[in-house]
Amino acid sequence: MTEMTNQKTAEQPKEPVQTTATDKPFIRVEGMHKWYGKFHVLKDLNLNVGQGERIVICGPSGSGKSTFIRCINRLEEHQKGKIIVDDVELTDDLRQIDTVRREVGMVFQHFNLFPHLTVLENCCLAPIWVRKTPRREAEATAMEYLERVRIPEQALKFPGQLSGGQQQRVAIARALCMKPKVMLFDEPTSALDPEMIKEVLDVMVELAESGMTMICVTHEMGFAKTVADRVIFMDAGEIVEVAPPHEFFDNPKEARTQQFLQQILH
Amino acid sequence: MTHPTELPPKSELGVVGWARKNLFSTWYNALLTLVVSYLVISSAIPLFKWLFLEATFTGETASDCSGEGACWLFISQRLNFFIYGFYPDTLQWRIDIMFGLLALAFVPQFIERFPGRKWFGLFGVTGLPIIGYILIPGGWFGLEEVPSNKWGGLMLTLILAYVGILAALPIGTVLALGRRSEMPIIRGICVVFIEVWRAVPLITVLFMASVMLPLFLPEGVSFEKLMRALIGITLWQSAYMAEVVRGGLQAIPRGQYEAASALGLGYWRKMGLIVLPQALTLVIPGIVNTFISLFKDTTLVLIIGLFDILGAVQSTVTDPAWQNVAIEGYVFVAFCFWIFCFGMSRYSQNLERKLDTGHRT
Repeated sequence: MTEMTNQKTAEQPKEPVQTTATDKPFIRVEGMHKWYGKFHVLKDLNLNVGQGERIVICGPSGSGKSTFIRCINRLEEHQKGKIIVDDVELTDDLRQIDTVRREVGMVFQHFNLFPHLTVLENCCLAPIWVRKTPRREAEATAMEYLERVRIPEQALKFPGQLSGGQQQRVAIARALCMKPKVMLFDEPTSALDPEMIKEVLDVMVELAESGMTMICVTHEMGFAKTVADRVIFMDAGEIVEVAPPHEFFDNPKEARTQQFLQQILH
Repeated sequence: MTHPTELPPKSELGVVGWARKNLFSTWYNALLTLVVSYLVISSAIPLFKWLFLEATFTGETASDCSGEGACWLFISQRLNFFIYGFYPDTLQWRIDIMFGLLALAFVPQFIERFPGRKWFGLFGVTGLPIIGYILIPGGWFGLEEVPSNKWGGLMLTLILAYVGILAALPIGTVLALGRRSEMPIIRGICVVFIEVWRAVPLITVLFMASVMLPLFLPEGVSFEKLMRALIGITLWQSAYMAEVVRGGLQAIPRGQYEAASALGLGYWRKMGLIVLPQALTLVIPGIVNTFISLFKDTTLVLIIGLFDILGAVQSTVTDPAWQNVAIEGYVFVAFCFWIFCFGMSRYSQNLERKLDTGHRT
């Protein structure tokens, strides 16, 4: 795995993508804690994400990075602190949760496409039922995004007929069809065969270039170097270090970060 | 280097090849084949003789039956009673219309390319019960009223099964969702309902419905016996259905729920659009299994004095005018049940094939 990551890193273009980040925080996480039963998974997380900013979260497995981004659209509940997305605070209020989820797209490690619906129906479902977009318009938008992820010809197939890389690109298109203001990626390439990782990363880089606000949990360090405005390193439920990629990779401050980077890069 | 396409060796092809490979591959296989063939043929011939060759199909009274083969005369002479029970002869056209509509709604479901068969099916579960509710008992629009104690035979069997099946699936689905709910009160109610109804034999439910329930109802309030039986069967069946559906719900990966939530779908849309379509498809065999067993369980209404098709036949085979016709009667009933149950089974297989969209994620 280490070798693979290394190889990937070498393949990625090195020049960073131009940032379009603004100062106004779009997502604010303040003193957030989460417990699973008695287990303290997330400890005092603080993070502001500006509009258009691209964040990459990395860290060893079990460090809580997936749990963290799943809190941002309330797939997981936090018990202490605040999460505010686009001026809406996530509380127990179901309406606020739905408001936030409409603005936040998510891509999962295992794609989670709906196997009983075609690719096109997967993409149109939420716009039609949640946003009340007329079917025709939703389908046109869906085709547009399927073209952007380069698989318009698969629109009428079922997810089970596609390769992993294609499925993940459909999943990205499905999320984009809701015209979200921010996209969360939860290890989008970890379940893919090596030869399919690039096609998904290419789509993600394009998306970043278009100015989408993104938070990605990933082990793809090449992607982090190209795209990220900031890289966050998490370990044992804490944010250990936050830094721009060149600083993060060339000159990490914390001992734990150094150790982690050594492990994955060598 | 390429090889020309060759046909497999002759011994592998055709009926002879198949028989040689599967039936006569070794000496003991050959022996077994011969013995079994002898047993099958020697029992099939007398059965065929009894059923058709020596059977009596025409005539008027019991004396026309030869006595050797089956006396189908008995069935044809009493067919009216077996199908309609005591429903008045002059009003039987109402039942005939219902049979016709039933066939109209469901026969197209077996024909792959029938245009608009979805709409026929939809009519079968919406319009058909409404028309039946008006037409069969009458008392509306100047239709003469036929009290339910006159209903019987196949028509009653179909009414019991149809209402039970139609009502049990949605109620069972709601119960299954309730049992998996995060709200403790709703979950509690559903668990108690399911566990109580499922743990009681249907006979007990029917007895309670026909004998005990009237004792508890306030004076002046009364349901017809048939209505009480229908409610009992439906609730009992819903509990079973709930567990079948719950099995399907449990098989849906958590990622499906999460993906639906992440797209902003609320609970009912998430269930209705994503989870239930997949869960119900998964448990089609279980659902149809439950339908079939319900269809046959409707015969139990005999013990509360409703004459379904089995009851109707059973009451006639003891008729002194007809001697020794019990076997014919029961064969006829079995055949009727088999037709409907086999139909449901075939339909479910058809549906499973159609809804299979390839590998699951």
